Amino acid sequence: MSEILTKSKTLRLALLGAPNCGKSSLFNALTGGRAKVANYPGVTVEYRKGEFDLPSGQHVELLDLPGVYGDCGHSMDERVAIDAVRGDLDGERQPDGIIFMMDASHISTHLHNVLQAKNYGLPVILVLNMMDMAARDGIEIDITALEAQLGMPVISCVAVRASGRAHLVDYLEDWGKDVLQGSAALPSPAEGRLKDLQAQARSITREVVSVIEKAETFTQRVDKIVLHPVLGPIILLGILFVMFQAVYTWSGPGIEFIEAAFGQLQLAVSSVLPDGWIQSLISDGMIAGVGAVIVFLPQIIILFAFILLLEASGYMARAAFLVDTLMAKVGLNGRAFIPLLSSFACAIPGVMAARTIESERDRITTIMIAPLMTCAARWPVYFLIIGAFIPATKVGLFSLQGLVAFGLVITGIIFAMIMAFLFKRVLMKGGNSSLLIELPSYKMPVFKDYLRGLWDRAMIFISRAGRIILPAAVLVWFLGNYPNRDSGFAGTYAGKIGGFLEPIFAPIGFTTEMVFSLIPAMAAREVAVGALGTLYALESEAEIETQLGGILAADWTLATALAFLAWFVFAPQCLSTFAIIKKETNGWKWPLVAFGYLFVLAYIAAGITYHVAKGFGWA
Amino acid sequence: MTQTPIKLGNLPKHQTGRIIGFSAAAGELETRLREIGFAEGDHVTALHFGLFGRNPMTVKLNSATIALRRREADAVLIEML
Repeated sequence: MSEILTKSKTLRLALLGAPNCGKSSLFNALTGGRAKVANYPGVTVEYRKGEFDLPSGQHVELLDLPGVYGDCGHSMDERVAIDAVRGDLDGERQPDGIIFMMDASHISTHLHNVLQAKNYGLPVILVLNMMDMAARDGIEIDITALEAQLGMPVISCVAVRASGRAHLVDYLEDWGKDVLQGSAALPSPAEGRLKDLQAQARSITREVVSVIEKAETFTQRVDKIVLHPVLGPIILLGILFVMFQAVYTWSGPGIEFIEAAFGQLQLAVSSVLPDGWIQSLISDGMIAGVGAVIVFLPQIIILFAFILLLEASGYMARAAFLVDTLMAKVGLNGRAFIPLLSSFACAIPGVMAARTIESERDRITTIMIAPLMTCAARWPVYFLIIGAFIPATKVGLFSLQGLVAFGLVITGIIFAMIMAFLFKRVLMKGGNSSLLIELPSYKMPVFKDYLRGLWDRAMIFISRAGRIILPAAVLVWFLGNYPNRDSGFAGTYAGKIGGFLEPIFAPIGFTTEMVFSLIPAMAAREVAVGALGTLYALESEAEIETQLGGILAADWTLATALAFLAWFVFAPQCLSTFAIIKKETNGWKWPLVAFGYLFVLAYIAAGITYHVAKGFGWA
Repeated sequence: MTQTPIKLGNLPKHQTGRIIGFSAAAGELETRLREIGFAEGDHVTALHFGLFGRNPMTVKLNSATIALRRREADAVLIEML
């Protein structure tokens, strides 16, 4: 009973507004960033839910919705935002009121969106954010007059500063009470079509907004360089180059530290537990298997440190503009750049990020090619095989090993472009792709929000290691050791499965061990490395690092190794990728198409590589 | 001052025009352009162009900067100022 009472007292508010108006900064500041990421059933569009208490003790539940301009919902995440305020989200009660947020500098461009928000039938307050920046740009707003014209409360705010939020928090106390008692004023609905609302909005801004035209804002000055037709692409390439360098060079100490830690853990286990299957399961199965994956945490963190910085500073939208020309050549649009860039960490966030793309055809195409970006999970395999088979010689300034790795990444990108072209022309009809994005003003990222975002990414990766990779490692350990390991690999379940599938893969030069390692790699591509280690009966994580390469170099031919690398450019393995594709496209068709084309490409590429290499006498 | 309307996609760099309407063929694109802020009477200035064929472009619309493709810009009709 008491629970029902407290629940009914919770004030549910939705944060609505255009992209980049500062909703998430306000959300993080009010809730302390402690958010529950909720999924709309059927599609994985996320919105964040958080809670906080007003100074009076009033409990508030706040929804941070995807950015949206109007009320039509052109893309998936826009539709979720609108469904949420209309109360059409399954399992989510309609909010009690709307906090409509707007970047004060852009009031004359976006005010008609506020008029549209009056028609949701909920109490609305307008929060004008970044009033300090607007003042700096010479924009003055008569708040009292604006309130009278709109017929709703208007609060000025600087969301990133406590002093800038104080007025809003004060106001929420009184307004929140009224909202809960049902006595808050409902805005009178705005009549007319969008064109009429715009006309109304323009006449309001003419009365309440005065603009002293500044010669040039800071953002415009920076854009002159960053969006320059020649300098712009050079700067973008430079940033990407530094980012990839950082991912592979700065991560060294972190990787060594994690390796050492897992090695110590294994030592501790073997000193505590007696020899036997339990020790083997924990040490060789669990610790070695999970360690082989967690080792990539430093690279994931560095990659996202860059991506989040580029997003928060406002640069990412510029990058989308700069690559749009190239993307247009294969029939995609600039917005696909962000999902594809995230796919270099992992295709899963990449596939999900594609939901901001409005054209369904472009969204599907982007999802289809995302798995061709070299995700972090492929690197363990690349590092292992390249280290074992490619000599560490120099070609000019570059190391041969580095060039091979770079070549594999480029091959993936080239095939992504070809496949995008084919998907657009052959498989899907209709719809023009588009760009149409607002370039946000440059801003200094809020350090706390930035760290919080980075922390969330790291946690997602670690929990994945626990949920997916740990069970897979245990399974591999079992299949690789039972029923009988004494007579060698052929006596194990893994050997039997590998032997069964081998005829399929024999024409492209794969050995039984390789064939088997592809199966647990369905759980995560990088598990292939740990699986090979287990199959070649290596005892510890340290041994996998130091000895597996040597064993493979003795056991495999160069042609076989190169074929394995070619296979992993396409790597039709990762089950989680296909699962997310099924979720995002709402059916079996696209995940099956993705699996099919990746498998065919992987098989052909590995086969050609194997036979050409054999022709060179590298067998 | 009546002149033939031109497409926003043809607006020369650093020139400013006033929006007078949307092309009849724009369809749903008109809604999207309006929602993001294009409206009759607003001033637009061409700022930056992509490397090839002035595509895509960025325009200053009131205080906002919008990036859009040639095809989208061509749906906005303006008169030169």
